[in-house]
Amino acid sequence: MKEQTKLVDDNGIRTDGRKLNELRPTKMEVGVLSNADGSAYIEQGKNKILAAVYGPREAHPRHLALPERAILQCRYHMAPFSVDERKSPAPSRREVELSKVIRESLEPAIFLDQFPRTSIDLFIEVLQADGGTRCAGVTVASLALADAGIPMKDLVVACAAGKAGGHLILDLNDIEDKEGEADVPVAYAPNLNAVTLLQMDGILIIEEFRQTIDLALEGCKDLYKLQKEALKAKYVAITEEVEE
Amino acid sequence: MTFFYENRQIVTPGDLLAEGDYLAGENTFKEDSKIYASRLGLVEYIGRKVQVVALNMFYVPLVGDLVIGRVTETNISGWTVDINSAYMANLRASEALNKPFKPQRDDLTSFLDVDDLVLAKVVAYDRTRDPSLTILEPGLGKVTYGQIIKVSPAKIPRIIGRKGSMISILKKETGCSITVGQNGLVLISGRNPEDERLAITAIQKIEQEAHTSGLTDRVTEMIRKERGVVKNEGTNEIG
Repeated sequence: MKEQTKLVDDNGIRTDGRKLNELRPTKMEVGVLSNADGSAYIEQGKNKILAAVYGPREAHPRHLALPERAILQCRYHMAPFSVDERKSPAPSRREVELSKVIRESLEPAIFLDQFPRTSIDLFIEVLQADGGTRCAGVTVASLALADAGIPMKDLVVACAAGKAGGHLILDLNDIEDKEGEADVPVAYAPNLNAVTLLQMDGILIIEEFRQTIDLALEGCKDLYKLQKEALKAKYVAITEEVEE
Repeated sequence: MTFFYENRQIVTPGDLLAEGDYLAGENTFKEDSKIYASRLGLVEYIGRKVQVVALNMFYVPLVGDLVIGRVTETNISGWTVDINSAYMANLRASEALNKPFKPQRDDLTSFLDVDDLVLAKVVAYDRTRDPSLTILEPGLGKVTYGQIIKVSPAKIPRIIGRKGSMISILKKETGCSITVGQNGLVLISGRNPEDERLAITAIQKIEQEAHTSGLTDRVTEMIRKERGVVKNEGTNEIG
């Protein structure tokens, strides 16, 4: 029989020392790449993700361009060294799916109809993965979009909640995701009060599901504050330097 | 009727700026009676208008804009020009030659070729068609000398300054001729490379600190200081 790791101890402390409703330590930075029109970097626990935005620019191949709005092209990619065992650099089934869900979670927040016939190209590169990379990917991608000066209705922020070791927990890491009972990633636009991504993997009863979503939304709101700070940080630093 | 921020405070997309009977200006959008920011920038409340001065944006062509572009293609009756926007611009031969254009007779590449830089004006643009350019006005045409630097199109108004105050100071203090393309490309030509370098440093400083106040004075001060250093070094070498 497989030995079960204890995901939550008797004091309600998780494997990495966090409380049940505690986010991983998160660091965000904007404008890290000079060749991209907009870029951002996030460290959420052991996750390290880079996002770059180009455009709006001519859509390639040309037939993808739409006459009435811009298209958002998204590529989520994991570096071969991002996981314990080398991952093939070719896009896997999972990466193609995540590219799609990330794109669809960001599209409602962008004013795509303002620049028809063009394409906004978004690249999300996972340098190190430790669970919850699709959520961190959405969070960092919307920062990169804002940095590129693309008009948006709101910043989109994402966070997962779920169930592991019989407890409802926030911001699952890799072990909790793989060995836990359920994982619910939620992407949320706080000012629009709109959920733009909702997935579930595992089993929850209805009441638990409701609580999980509430938990995830609370996490999103905390991350949203960090997002706004990160966007402003670059400019506030210059202002302070000048005023000295 | 409420404001939620102070004038010139940094706001991020989605921030609620004002509620009530206001007009949504640049980089904002209105839903019901609420006005939100759509770009990262500095909020400004001007009377009934609420607007955001964006900190970064891309160039959207506007009829009448002066732009600097690079020829990317020569076609049968004109050129395709990259003007640093989402759309490629067209420069038709009839908007470039002073005489009637005959494809049998005129060789377009002898006039403008791929990778040539042009200073042009936007004559037509709407959402359904690519922008078209003209170089049939005095001062427009092929760029043959000087240096070009790229800045964010959002900072162009700051480089020009209110009623051209900043640009005239730059010209006076550095002695360079400076042509600002609305698309974020700036052409600088001076009597010697030193002057051009100084003008470029100054423009990069303006781009960096565009959102701060008292910039004109700091830029003047910086140029004068640098000039002093350059002059002193020059005399030392002679001595």
